[in-house]
Amino acid sequence: MHSVVCIKQVPDSAQIRVHPVTNTIMRQGVPAIINPYDLFALEEALRLKDKHGGRVTVITMGPPQAEAALRKALSYGADEIILVTDKAFAGADTLATSFALASAIRKIHESHPVTLVFTGKQTIDGDTAQVGPGIAKRMELQLLTYVSRINELDETSGTITVERRAEGGVQLLKTALPCLVTMLEGTNEMRRGSLPDQLRAARHELTRWDRVAAGIEDVTKIGLKGSPTVVNKVFTPSPRAEKAEMVTVDSGRAADLAVELIARLGQRFPVVEAELARRAG
Amino acid sequence: MSNDAPVKKKRKFELDPRLAAYKGVWVFIEHERGQVHPVSWELLGEGRKLADMLGVELAGVVLAAPGDDGQRFCHDAFAYGADLCYLMESPTLQDYRNDPFTRGMTELVNTYQPEVLLLGATTQGRDLAGSVATTLLTGLTADCTSLTIDMDNRSLAATRPTFGGSLLCTIVTLNYRPQMATVRPRVMAMPERQKGRGGRIIEHPLAMAEESIITKVLDYIPDDSRDKPQLPFADIIVSGGKGLAKQENFQLVWELARVLSAEVGASRPVVQAGWAELDRQVGQSGRTVRPKLYIAAGISGAIQHRVGMEGADCVIAINNDPNAPIFDFAHYGIVGDALQILPALTEAFRQKLATTRRAG
Ligand SMILES: Cc1cc2nc3c(=O)[nH]c(=O)nc-3n(C[C@H](O)[C@H](O)[C@H](O)COP(=O)(O)OP(=O)(O)OC[C@H]3O[C@@H](n4cnc5c(N)ncnc54)[C@H](O)[C@@H]3O)c2cc1C
Ligand SMILES: Cc1cc2nc3c(=O)[nH]c(=O)nc-3n(C[C@H](O)[C@H](O)[C@H](O)COP(=O)(O)OP(=O)(O)OC[C@H]3O[C@@H](n4cnc5c(N)ncnc54)[C@H](O)[C@@H]3O)c2cc1C
Repeated sequence: MHSVVCIKQVPDSAQIRVHPVTNTIMRQGVPAIINPYDLFALEEALRLKDKHGGRVTVITMGPPQAEAALRKALSYGADEIILVTDKAFAGADTLATSFALASAIRKIHESHPVTLVFTGKQTIDGDTAQVGPGIAKRMELQLLTYVSRINELDETSGTITVERRAEGGVQLLKTALPCLVTMLEGTNEMRRGSLPDQLRAARHELTRWDRVAAGIEDVTKIGLKGSPTVVNKVFTPSPRAEKAEMVTVDSGRAADLAVELIARLGQRFPVVEAELARRAG
Repeated sequence: MSNDAPVKKKRKFELDPRLAAYKGVWVFIEHERGQVHPVSWELLGEGRKLADMLGVELAGVVLAAPGDDGQRFCHDAFAYGADLCYLMESPTLQDYRNDPFTRGMTELVNTYQPEVLLLGATTQGRDLAGSVATTLLTGLTADCTSLTIDMDNRSLAATRPTFGGSLLCTIVTLNYRPQMATVRPRVMAMPERQKGRGGRIIEHPLAMAEESIITKVLDYIPDDSRDKPQLPFADIIVSGGKGLAKQENFQLVWELARVLSAEVGASRPVVQAGWAELDRQVGQSGRTVRPKLYIAAGISGAIQHRVGMEGADCVIAINNDPNAPIFDFAHYGIVGDALQILPALTEAFRQKLATTRRAG
């Protein structure tokens, strides 16, 4: 049993503040964390290891600083960490990202055959949910997205049964290993790493792969060159033409304000007035 | 790394002649258990505008099993603005599964060559979009909040919020076809249904045997939707934010909602604090809503919240900070303490409804 878990290092959104005047994002000093959605994938992989034995390899494609995210993953109990890093990867969209990751995972597979590839549902920065399906297609693996539960994994028959969140219900799916699972959030709770694992995390040798080590020959498939999408423009959303009509009354009493508001509302918004009438009727 | 992707200068460019043959705007008609997901109709409304700008046809794409009512879905698509539909029927398309749907959609794209392909950003649409884009090696822009055509080079300009800031970015896919994008439910307006509007159906088979498909659907357990909040389609929503300060105070939101028979919404920090369920979160990482009336109490109006509710016809904001960003896009603003205003509104609406009732 060998799971490869893909994680991405992202800025901690809870720490991000928007500048009150310029309305732009203040990134300075924002700590980087493991994409929170990826922790559900990692925990699930660790649980499978607890049950079936084997190993968990954690991989990320990112700048050298992403090492911190990988070490954090080790402290939770991962066995091996691989940082795929190269200037040539810069500017990758999801198509180029999935190409690079798929190539690196194939490389891992050569030395330690892979049973399952895990990704999170999506990231909190790019937020596309496209990399998981991308890797699966590149590697020709069966794709199981939005998995809320792994019901059964049988290594002998090489099958897995999962519950998958669909729009109006839950699908119970069975497929063959190896496959790729994107884990839904809230499905498990990340363990606290054991003390030995935390100590090991600090000392463990990091495996660093550049483009060539990750098995990539064709530079036109990675980074900016390998990315069909191009960011054309970044801009601030325009405020509504008129600002909010402020409701005030001389008395300053909440009750009077409320009555005043409702009176004005009815005049300017017939749709709302009709909706209220429907409720009254 | 990629988060700082360089912004390329806009330039004139020549589309590869092979790609110039790609014509038309397509919308994937998503269905589950005999029902089309409304996001498909919303996308047809948006797709209609794009097709008209480009001077091309708008097509719906229906992948279904023979017993699935595919023909009916096509006719519904015409009523919502499609000129034609591609209908692919095969027993392997019973229930959504990645492999046969990806295979079917890619085959249709390669055969009929659309320039734009839109899908809903649902669990089904995202699963399919990512797979199809990778198979076709083309670009895919996720969760767009607006779509238009850059007439300089006939390319799709897809706009989406960028991370963490109050910024939007526009993404284009220049020398690749089709140009793909997903849009979340309720982001685009539902088009008017035009009765009796017709169109052509082009049937295309899927040559795929069940034996060749590895993943099997063993069961499907429908949600019990009765006890789930139905925010996206609510006509009135009362939402509370972190400005309410304490979980007990969130009760005031519920009380106003009860009087208005409204749904209750919340900002993300409120959900994270456990004052409201995840299904109630409004915004970029929650639900997109389009009510007639949206009342926001103690919500600052960050872009991630705004993109989830700015489709509301009327927004009333209550905030004790006169400079709160929410006043930039609300229709009515009350500067004051939500803990006092909410009960006052509850009482005033109660009386208003009682008066209307007596009069009616
Ligand atoms: C504001 C913004 C908008 C963008 N919009 C688009 C867009 O519309 N289309 C597009 O193609 N690209 C887009 N990108 C680029 C995209 O974010 C990058 O390609 C990124 O490397 C991966 O996409 P994601 O963050 O959306 O990941 P997702 O697809 O949301 O991630 C899913 C899972 O894949 C795994 N994963 C993702 N990235 C890595 C990684 N680097 N290393 C290891 N595992 C990983 C994780 O397990 C993660 O949970 C955008 C970037 C930004 C900053
Ligand atoms: C990737 C990402 C995704 C996100 N997704 C979402 C999302 O889906 N939905 C979402 O909502 N947010 C989302 N956010 C968070 C968003 O950026 C804001 O942090 C959040 O919307 C703020 O919530 P809030 O307005 O309730 O709280 P705050 O920002 O804390 O604002 C509280 C407001 O209440 C006012 N207030 C205080 N006391 C009172 C009082 N007594 N009476 C009246 N007003 C009072 C304050 O003036 C202030 O304006 C996301 C962020 C990121 C980075």
